[in-house]
Amino acid sequence: MSAPVLDVHGLAYAYPDGHQALFGVDLHVHAGERVALLGPNGAGKTTLVLHLNGILTPGAGSVSVSGLPVAKQHLAEIRRRVGIVFQDPDDQLFLGTVRQDVAFGPANAGVRGAELDRRVMEALDQVGMADFVDRPPHHLSFGQRRRVAVATVLATRPEILVLDEPSSNLDPASRRELADILRGLDVTVLMVTHDLPYALELCPRSVLLSDGVVVADAPTYDVLTDDALMRAHRLELPFGFDPRIIGNLPA
Amino acid sequence: MGAGHGHRLHYHGHSRVHRAPAHLKLLALVGFMLVVVATPREWYAAFALYAALLLGVAVMSGVPLGYLLKRLVIETPFVLFALLVPFVATGPQVEVLGVSVSEPGLLAAWGLLVKGTLGVLASLTLAATTEPDQILRGLERLRMPELIVQIMGFMIRYLDVVTAELGRMTTAMRSRGYDPRSPRHWPVLARALGALFIRSYERGERVHLAMLSRGYTGTLPRVEEP
Repeated sequence: MSAPVLDVHGLAYAYPDGHQALFGVDLHVHAGERVALLGPNGAGKTTLVLHLNGILTPGAGSVSVSGLPVAKQHLAEIRRRVGIVFQDPDDQLFLGTVRQDVAFGPANAGVRGAELDRRVMEALDQVGMADFVDRPPHHLSFGQRRRVAVATVLATRPEILVLDEPSSNLDPASRRELADILRGLDVTVLMVTHDLPYALELCPRSVLLSDGVVVADAPTYDVLTDDALMRAHRLELPFGFDPRIIGNLPA
Repeated sequence: MGAGHGHRLHYHGHSRVHRAPAHLKLLALVGFMLVVVATPREWYAAFALYAALLLGVAVMSGVPLGYLLKRLVIETPFVLFALLVPFVATGPQVEVLGVSVSEPGLLAAWGLLVKGTLGVLASLTLAATTEPDQILRGLERLRMPELIVQIMGFMIRYLDVVTAELGRMTTAMRSRGYDPRSPRHWPVLARALGALFIRSYERGERVHLAMLSRGYTGTLPRVEEP
């Protein structure tokens, strides 16, 4: 088998104030997979995500993306390969128009002119927002802004798309539209979420992070139906939702 | 979400004033202001000339005068101060409408009022005829340091976000019995502004992270609008 797209090995990290967030995390994601990263608040999910593109530097252990270690001299390439969509689209969309925001990543990577324009339109097409290319992002609805935020990352043609709470604050229709978009993308996805039905719907595999260690790495259906595991790590299914009735979704 | 930037002051149009290059408009504004400020306040005819000039530009731009005048309210604090001057200044007194006021104070008030009003009107005309983005491009062409232009751009972008955040905070406070008009509650407002500052600062950090994640290296890439 080829090198995994994402290879996290023995990753440990303590914040400068001494609080240790990760205690030796191992995680492999292979090309084309969609993996949910689950865990209660404070489990270290965000800390892990910030290691994937070198915003944080590991205290111990290593991260590599398609065989390229995350290290200072490779940061530009790593950040092209790993596309992170942050939780609040207002943090991600900071320029005057949707076009400028979507172009920001590829332009930083040196793409110019017609090719840049093509990338922008292609990314916006993928999320169904091509008609909004010259609108200021803050005039869009929240769901539209989230989709544009995904496009800003798709425009860099990442090898892995990392989504932090993609379904948070979305109304049910926007949530479903985003799911359709994500399912349609031909890209590896790591999705941090508390939305367990969403994880079951989109991700055949789940990794459960709790107190800075991986406590489960299994098919999503198995994780969600393991009551003892769920209780031990403060995970709860929404009222009335039972994976056993829905069954294991085909990958 | 409130109205976006460029829609509160900007008046959409296609006049010659709208189409003029932003850096020329900026230079014209600064030049005009310097001349106005440097003119001795006794030269009444000169101020009439300036006002006529400004009026001409405003008419040419097609922006309704009422649109500009309504936005003059921003000047109110200065006007109040100017109106106060004749009553508190010393020197020879004159009778105006049966009230005795200071003559140099009256002149000072006139100077403040006319120069302030001309300046604010000229700035409003620029804002009404130029998109904020164009003003930034104009500043760039005038060799304003890139970092400062970037900061101004972010300020424009996040003004609405921060205002909306403050709005939500005050709504939440009012829902719990806070009255922004009562001086007894002003300390709460001060603390809320402190909290808003911290929140904005933290948002700044998150935006920076999101920028780094997409390969930001310290300069914004130039993206041509086709």
